[in-house]
Amino acid sequence: MTFSQAAFQSAILDPEAAVPDGVINPGGAPAQKRFNVYRNNVAVSLSDALEAAFPVVRKLVGDEFFRAMAGVYLRKHPPKSPLMMFYGDVMPQFLGRFGPAKSIAYLPDIARLELALRHSYHAADAAPLDAQALSLLSPDALMGAKLRIAPATKTVTSDYPIHAIHRANTCTDAPKPVMQAEAVLITRADFDPEIHTINAAAATCVNALQKGQSLGQAMATADDTLDLGAILGLLLAQGAVTEIY
Amino acid sequence: MLDTTHHTGLPLRPGVGYKAQHYTQIMQRPEHLGWLEIHAENYMGEGGRPIAQLRHLAEHFPISVHGVGLSIGGTGDLDNDHLARLKHLISWLNPASFSEHLAWSTHDSHFYNDLLPLPYTPKTLARVAAHINQVQETVGRQMLLENPSSYLGFAESTMSETAFLRELVAKTGCGLLLDVNNVFVSATNLKTSPHAYIDDFPLHAVGEIHLGGHDEDADETGAPLLIDSHGKAVVDPVWALLDYTLAKSGPKPLLVEWDTDVPEWHVLADEIARADQALAMVMS
Repeated sequence: MTFSQAAFQSAILDPEAAVPDGVINPGGAPAQKRFNVYRNNVAVSLSDALEAAFPVVRKLVGDEFFRAMAGVYLRKHPPKSPLMMFYGDVMPQFLGRFGPAKSIAYLPDIARLELALRHSYHAADAAPLDAQALSLLSPDALMGAKLRIAPATKTVTSDYPIHAIHRANTCTDAPKPVMQAEAVLITRADFDPEIHTINAAAATCVNALQKGQSLGQAMATADDTLDLGAILGLLLAQGAVTEIY
Repeated sequence: MLDTTHHTGLPLRPGVGYKAQHYTQIMQRPEHLGWLEIHAENYMGEGGRPIAQLRHLAEHFPISVHGVGLSIGGTGDLDNDHLARLKHLISWLNPASFSEHLAWSTHDSHFYNDLLPLPYTPKTLARVAAHINQVQETVGRQMLLENPSSYLGFAESTMSETAFLRELVAKTGCGLLLDVNNVFVSATNLKTSPHAYIDDFPLHAVGEIHLGGHDEDADETGAPLLIDSHGKAVVDPVWALLDYTLAKSGPKPLLVEWDTDVPEWHVLADEIARADQALAMVMS
């Protein structure tokens, strides 16, 4: 009987499937429990990777729910790369369609925030620009300047208070979240990503800068709730601007 | 085939599988440890703490890069993106050793994060050899291939694992990473002799020896089923198998692996001390 990796693969994530042909015990009988060792290893290791990636989602839904949900996720979305540090990239979309989690409307956005934190953690290092460099530019030159944003800088916007919810589940004595839309800026001055609450206009402006637009263009993409001085000050103070170009 | 004449630049001392939670203790007394092994995939991000920490560790210790995601035993082509990441890591880190597994983990572009088994036949031999050649040519150095833990057999297999590995060494010039816990686990599970395995193993090609712990279970017939969990202390029969191996092979770089339920540093330090004793017996 010829071994087929495809048969092995499809049986490994399907607990109902029969043991693949040709997989045997020392006595020659089909290796039921022995095959289950691999099934268990795969499911547990992928589930563990999701637990490590989404600690706040897990806290919000509870361990038992998370394990069950992870079991559905890992069968529907097995990893496409050996980089387990980024496993779970479609968790926000998955949670948005996952019926049993419907009652927690902000869950997909918390997953987006946790993904952004993870990507920030592993992003390339970049030396910050001297904060004085911008002040040397004339107002016109400043508006025409493009600012290179550090790769570890991320934004997440939500209709829910994602930063407050994240804080309430990671810090003791955090205030109770108030239901309101929130946008966050993630920066990584050193090695640990930090979350800052900003407004949606500031997030729009940062995204435009990340896409290579000039400061003037980036300002124009945002509405009049943008406080340009505040967001620029925050980016500079956090070492999130690396170059004027 | 790559011209490969020696196996690794690792010292003939015990090393340990690096866990970030032990960073402080390791750096406090670096002289107590010969070298460190890291899992390649954990250092394939773009930057941040993991990379910075690895750069720092590499200033103090010889590093062994141990890949767990290449799927060398896969039926499909190797993942070129992953191979490129591996090449990048090896080129900037210039580690003392690079190793991977005789196993597969990717099929149809899905990665299963486990070391899955393959039958030993002339056909799988040719494919694995081609993959090893491709890896060695890409990263520009010899690799060590690790013997797997087996839980089951394949009706299709026509070669023993030791014969399979010996043929791979001959065809590719790769070295071998001998995991004596895996030998013990496989021999128990497949009802074969671990000593006969060592007797038939191409020990001349071994560049590194792994030690780890396993869990004990039983299959549906009540036969013992050991699981290679890397979550416990090394058991006495595995230490004895190490002594048996070292007596035949002479001293080799030893590694203590502990990947799940990682204990406090002093527990690992005890395992390292025991590995040091085993090595001292054959060093005189």
